[in-house]
Amino acid sequence: MNQRSEEPVLRTADLVAGYQVRRGLLGRRAEVAAVAGVNLTVREGETVCLVGESGCGKSTLARSVVGLLRPRSGTVLVAGKDTAKLDRAGRLELRKNVQMVFQDPFASLNPRMTAGELIAEGWRVHPGLVAESDRQAEVARLLAQVGLNPKHAGRYPHQFSGGQRQRISIARALAVRPRLIICDEAVSALDVSIQAQILALLAQLQEELGIAYLFITHDLGVVRQIADRVAVMHLGQIVETGTAEEIYQQPRHPYTQALLSAAPSVDDWTDDYTEGIVLQGDTPSPADPPSGCRFRTRCWLAEPRCATETPELAERGGPHLVACHFARPTVPT
Amino acid sequence: MTATEEAPLLTVSGLNVAIEGAAGTVQPVRDVSFTLAQGDSLAIVGESGSGKSMTSLAVLGLLPEQATVRAEDLRFDGAELTGLADPDWQQLRGEQLAMIFQDPLSALNPALTVGYQIAEMFRRHRGWGRSRARQAAVELMAQVGIPDPAARLRDYPHQFSGGMRQRVMIAMALALEPRLLIADEPTTALDVTVQAQILRLLRQRQRDGLALVVISHDLGVVARSARRVVVMYAGTLVESGLVAEVYPAPAHPYTAGLLAASPRARGTAGSVRPIDGQPPDISALPAGCAFHPRCPIARERCTVERPKLRVVAPGRESACHFAEEVLTGEPTKRGTGAAHG
Repeated sequence: MNQRSEEPVLRTADLVAGYQVRRGLLGRRAEVAAVAGVNLTVREGETVCLVGESGCGKSTLARSVVGLLRPRSGTVLVAGKDTAKLDRAGRLELRKNVQMVFQDPFASLNPRMTAGELIAEGWRVHPGLVAESDRQAEVARLLAQVGLNPKHAGRYPHQFSGGQRQRISIARALAVRPRLIICDEAVSALDVSIQAQILALLAQLQEELGIAYLFITHDLGVVRQIADRVAVMHLGQIVETGTAEEIYQQPRHPYTQALLSAAPSVDDWTDDYTEGIVLQGDTPSPADPPSGCRFRTRCWLAEPRCATETPELAERGGPHLVACHFARPTVPT
Repeated sequence: MTATEEAPLLTVSGLNVAIEGAAGTVQPVRDVSFTLAQGDSLAIVGESGSGKSMTSLAVLGLLPEQATVRAEDLRFDGAELTGLADPDWQQLRGEQLAMIFQDPLSALNPALTVGYQIAEMFRRHRGWGRSRARQAAVELMAQVGIPDPAARLRDYPHQFSGGMRQRVMIAMALALEPRLLIADEPTTALDVTVQAQILRLLRQRQRDGLALVVISHDLGVVARSARRVVVMYAGTLVESGLVAEVYPAPAHPYTAGLLAASPRARGTAGSVRPIDGQPPDISALPAGCAFHPRCPIARERCTVERPKLRVVAPGRESACHFAEEVLTGEPTKRGTGAAHG
């Protein structure tokens, strides 16, 4: 195990972030708070999975963590430093510490650059990391580390398969020796046999290098494979968070229960498969979320209280945090 | 082949697709055969490039002209599909067999209201008047679970969410009460809670007598939506059987590998095992068995002799020289003498 420093690699406090949309014929501007008050902590060397469906704000959260989006309120602390109060050197340090790997490596890798150039690109911004004379060897070492042939440094992205391209994206992130890698649906576009390879690679790199991952995904099967802790996000808010074991064995929020029930599994052919919970209707728009509990319009437990009183994320007598008025201390299994 | 059943609704026998390209001819589908009985459900499973979508497009006569489709037998409800003239195809596709795709937005006309597009099915194929067709469209939208259908009739496709758009597609596909629905990755673009709704809808229709072919890369989706499964790899069928028999005891190492690589959100977590290597390029297939470079039990024979799909147990087929070994789970000598890495 790696030694844990005092400060978590990432901590957000009451983070609110979003974007503006124009509405109607007059183009009146409206603010969409895609992230509506999120507290999230990622410690050194751990994997935190942020799970949610489209529109829940998980990618907006990632963008505000890496500084691509300025938070409207609240704070983002990376290695203890408030990202809103950084000078130039501090911003460079932030970019070194936090790297991102995206869903589609075809879109995120410049097609005109070779694998070697793509991996070495970060050293132009952070020249002190690797001496000029060592760079070729370092590229070869990184390629080998992510399971690619070091001799292929001169190849272009299109000459690699989807899984191999994602390995290049990972090598590129590793090149600047980050403390945190944000993986935004990083394995979602890959075939299942390749997906498992990439997950194994990420786990192995974490073991070797002590990197922390904030893994953003909609796939609960993937989450179960890699997560130390899980945060379930719904319409801009975290509705439940705990260790992977707690979330999968004893989900306490109705939305988490619905998500787990809905996720198809290779065991669903059995006679004892029942449909479980199938939610009705669509997720409300993040531009116009319901009052009170944002899940109440699709919740089978909802009562009048849920429309007026927003449930806070709290222990509620149980082992982990949940934002539901009716959460029980534990769920009988 | 089971002799007990009546004539199947769909027969695909010895299907081959060849595509002429600048770099020569590639064969994305090679010698694929399967049948589907009235009201039954079949899943075609495979990863990208396995030929699963190409197979369904060939069956539906939807491949572009550069593709050459050859088949020993391609039959729907007793009638030969090969060489069918375009007008006959159009008749057949609307009324007897229907298809839905992964991305409903690209299959809907953005400039026409959803109500118009559904009603058009009735007007064109049934010759119904405007108000009768509209009424039928409202009923159909209600049946597939679109809330407030009378009002939503006037909305355009972009005003619907992904899940609702897929419901619109299903409504259009089912409008003329086809006997066969081919669904190509019908829920891949959807959120899991919406996916569960769509799978439930398809299951209900299937119970009502609709024959269903589901094409998917997701073994969990297949488990929920089909009774029988065929597994494709590099353009050929490598395994077929009942889902309830194949999943617990696969007879091909590729199927076993896919099952082991699929993460489980529920039940026993277990550990996920990847399949080594990459799927082959179909223009440069390995000699012998196309899976041998990735296969944990590959031997000398696999590198030279291509295994044929053969019956390995009642109702079970596998294209592996060592299918019995895979099926019984007898310990295997890993990679003895095989040239793989």
